[in-house]
Amino acid sequence: MVNSTLILVWLIPLFPLIGFLLNGIFGKRLGDKAVGIIGSGAMLFSFVVSGYLLLNYLALNQVGAEFHSTLFSWISVADLQLSVSFQVDSLSLMMAVMVTGVAFLIHVYSIGYMHGDGGFARFFSYMNLFSFMMLVLVLSDNYILMFLGWEGVGLCSYLLIGFWYEDDKNASAGNKAFIVNRIGDFGFLLGALLLFVTFGSFQYSEIFSQLDRFSVGDGTITAITLLLFVGAMGKSAQLPLYVWLPDAMAGPTPVSALIHAATMVTAGVYMVARSSFLYVLAPTSMTVIAVVGVATALFAALIALTQNDIKKVLAYSTISQLGYMFLALGVGAFSAGMFHLLTHAFFKGLMFLAAGSVMHALANEQDMRFMGGLRKKIPKTFITFLIGALAISGIPGLSGFFSKDELLWQAYSSPAGGFWFWLVGAVTAGLTAFYIFRLIFLTFYGEARWKPETHAHESPNKMTLPLIILAFLSVVGGYIGVPALLGGDNRIHYYLEANLAKLPVDAAAHQSHSLEFILMGISVLIAIAAIYLAYVFYVKRRELPELAAAKFKRAYNLSFNKFYVDELYDYLFVKRLITISKWLWNKFDVRVLDGMANGAGKLITVTGWYVRTVQSGLVSGYALSLFIGSLLMIGYYFFR
Amino acid sequence: MTESLFFVFAAMAIVSALMVILNRNPIYSAVSLVITLFSLAGIFLLLEAYFLAVVQIIIYAGAIMVLFLFVIMLLNPGKEAKFLSPTNPRILIITLLSIAFIGMIFTLVSGTANYIGEAASSTGDLGTTRNIGLTLFTKYLLPFEIASLLLLVSLVGAVLMTKRNLR
Amino acid sequence: MTPPLEYYLWFAALLFVIGVAGVLLRRNVIIVFMSIELMLNAVNVTFIAFSRQMNNIDGQIFVFFVMTLAAAEVAVGLAIIVAMFRNKESINIEDMNLLKW
Repeated sequence: MVNSTLILVWLIPLFPLIGFLLNGIFGKRLGDKAVGIIGSGAMLFSFVVSGYLLLNYLALNQVGAEFHSTLFSWISVADLQLSVSFQVDSLSLMMAVMVTGVAFLIHVYSIGYMHGDGGFARFFSYMNLFSFMMLVLVLSDNYILMFLGWEGVGLCSYLLIGFWYEDDKNASAGNKAFIVNRIGDFGFLLGALLLFVTFGSFQYSEIFSQLDRFSVGDGTITAITLLLFVGAMGKSAQLPLYVWLPDAMAGPTPVSALIHAATMVTAGVYMVARSSFLYVLAPTSMTVIAVVGVATALFAALIALTQNDIKKVLAYSTISQLGYMFLALGVGAFSAGMFHLLTHAFFKGLMFLAAGSVMHALANEQDMRFMGGLRKKIPKTFITFLIGALAISGIPGLSGFFSKDELLWQAYSSPAGGFWFWLVGAVTAGLTAFYIFRLIFLTFYGEARWKPETHAHESPNKMTLPLIILAFLSVVGGYIGVPALLGGDNRIHYYLEANLAKLPVDAAAHQSHSLEFILMGISVLIAIAAIYLAYVFYVKRRELPELAAAKFKRAYNLSFNKFYVDELYDYLFVKRLITISKWLWNKFDVRVLDGMANGAGKLITVTGWYVRTVQSGLVSGYALSLFIGSLLMIGYYFFR
Repeated sequence: MTESLFFVFAAMAIVSALMVILNRNPIYSAVSLVITLFSLAGIFLLLEAYFLAVVQIIIYAGAIMVLFLFVIMLLNPGKEAKFLSPTNPRILIITLLSIAFIGMIFTLVSGTANYIGEAASSTGDLGTTRNIGLTLFTKYLLPFEIASLLLLVSLVGAVLMTKRNLR
Repeated sequence: MTPPLEYYLWFAALLFVIGVAGVLLRRNVIIVFMSIELMLNAVNVTFIAFSRQMNNIDGQIFVFFVMTLAAAEVAVGLAIIVAMFRNKESINIEDMNLLKW
């Protein structure tokens, strides 16, 4: 790629930054209309530029090519040479296009959704700042700049979860997200520092070029990869650090769609994929990732079965889908994980926005027990939501089918995969289809259970148009990755794989096409069966859910109370921390620290009390000391 | 001839300077100071600083001393009520310090000529108005202009401070 | 027969110390001011003496600026004294002791 084109990459994060500054500084004076235009316009420009770069990249037809563009030298200390520079390859371009595109749609949606909110300008400036940080994260060519973006998106997530900070609940949800993320970020930072100690650089290409001297299973690499994965666990809400994501739904719905479904939470997946060259050298870490991923997928899906809050269901669904992506990464199918990340961004972003549209229609009602029968009232929302639900369930022909199927096939057939991974994944797929259609049936079918005085109405075009576009993408988004089995050429893997590491392929373990076909059929059947089951439970025989809940009371309670994980953490960590903090406050802080501070103050006071008598205020006294001073100076020359 | 003139002027200056600080009546002090300044003007002449000698008389002995006398008469403070008694330890301390100062300076200064060389031969026109003016308006033009600003500021300051009602 | 440089410097030092003694001993602010003028003039003498010694006019220019400064200082200083006298009915330096704790 020629330099004049490559330099454009700096425009991608520049537009959101300008938008952030304009909206952040002048937002109140500009008026809501201008703020909305600036906010979404910035994303549109970014999207156009990143799309242009992607087309250029594809036109080059050099698979696996990567380009670097350096803006300036950032930190230069001894051996550490760090510059603010971006890496352009298929991975970062895919992420950039996805982030800017989805962000643009969600910004447009937000103009309608946040209409009339007092913090309109603040909202858009945070959203733009988030987009800027996310783009820095995905475009960076070294771990430290990535960490900057990583922390930046964490900050924006915190700000936006607590966006309606007047309500104490929202503010503490923001705190929870921030604090849980700190744990993960600490792991990331340790991993990055260990990388520097080992390789003497933070830059991806410099690190990866030195990997020849390490054998598979090397201890240092395993430690680094595990630490980095701790970071990914926090950001991408995996077991056991997932607890912040459901609470993060306290933020406005576009935030949930953009940050907590489509982009930020996938940063962990992106980071692991970016470090794939390290991970293939650490089979232990890969296994850990796969197990954590598949466990999270199942665990979150089980919780999602019984939740009544429409956004909570989607939140647990997000956690579950992220688990899927990690499963793919863990079995070495990095490109399959990235493909699922892309399609997930479309259909999950779509479903969050549609859920927001439902809430908009029902005066911010989030509880599905007070919904129902909305199919006719808000047809556009219903249709788009349905497309999203079909996509996530893996119905053939929609994007989710291609990515999920590819992923499950890899979980089974990859040298690092296995039957049990596939089985749990397939069961989870069934659960996913069930709970998502439970949501659909509870919300859109049956009798209307909302308050009669609520005037249910379709959202304005500003909100439905992004829904329609995302629904379209949820349908066609999968066709960039049609597997060879179905006559496709799997373009996305062709490009992504060239920039990612591959596990050494065991030729003997090559699986037959017929097996792939059978597994595909099974997972589709599971999904359809689950949808039918949901139909029976929530449309045909409405008494069944309660019967089932009564029959399996213990299991139902476990799921409904989210396996008591929050309570467990509260008991294990929060209570202990508070006890220790109280002790530190009463003993250490009051006695030692305050004593030191007060002692220093007292010392100064007493000294000053004595010294101030020198200031007699008499002019001749001052003149005399001046004279003595000059005498001393002359004396120095005299006696020297 | 020059040397004897120097001694005459120097003696006059020292004696009248002592009169300045020892006289009780400020008017006498002021007049003694005028004599000191005149003697210094004479010494300037011996050192070929013709222009400065004239300026010394016009500005110092003229303008500045008139200002002093004017303020003295305006305030009419009379004689200082109470002079320090000769037994006051302050006088002793100051005398000792002064002697130390003089002693050290005299010793340090002796032989300065050895460091900086013999006096340059006189051209006779070192401090003429022409030379001063040429230097002042070429090499020292900017400081000269800034000095005018300083005078303006002090003028304004003096007017402001002596005004009775500041608002 | 020109007097050597030392004579001028000795003379200037004497004049300077007389000025210092005046500042330290007298309590009349106007006299203190005059003593300061004495000190300034003592320094002027050294400037001009060195200027002659080296046949360099820069020293004289400095004296010129010192005189400018002295004029400004006297104008402001005497204004302060007048303002002071108006407030305190005194020009005794020991009554000017506001600058203290």
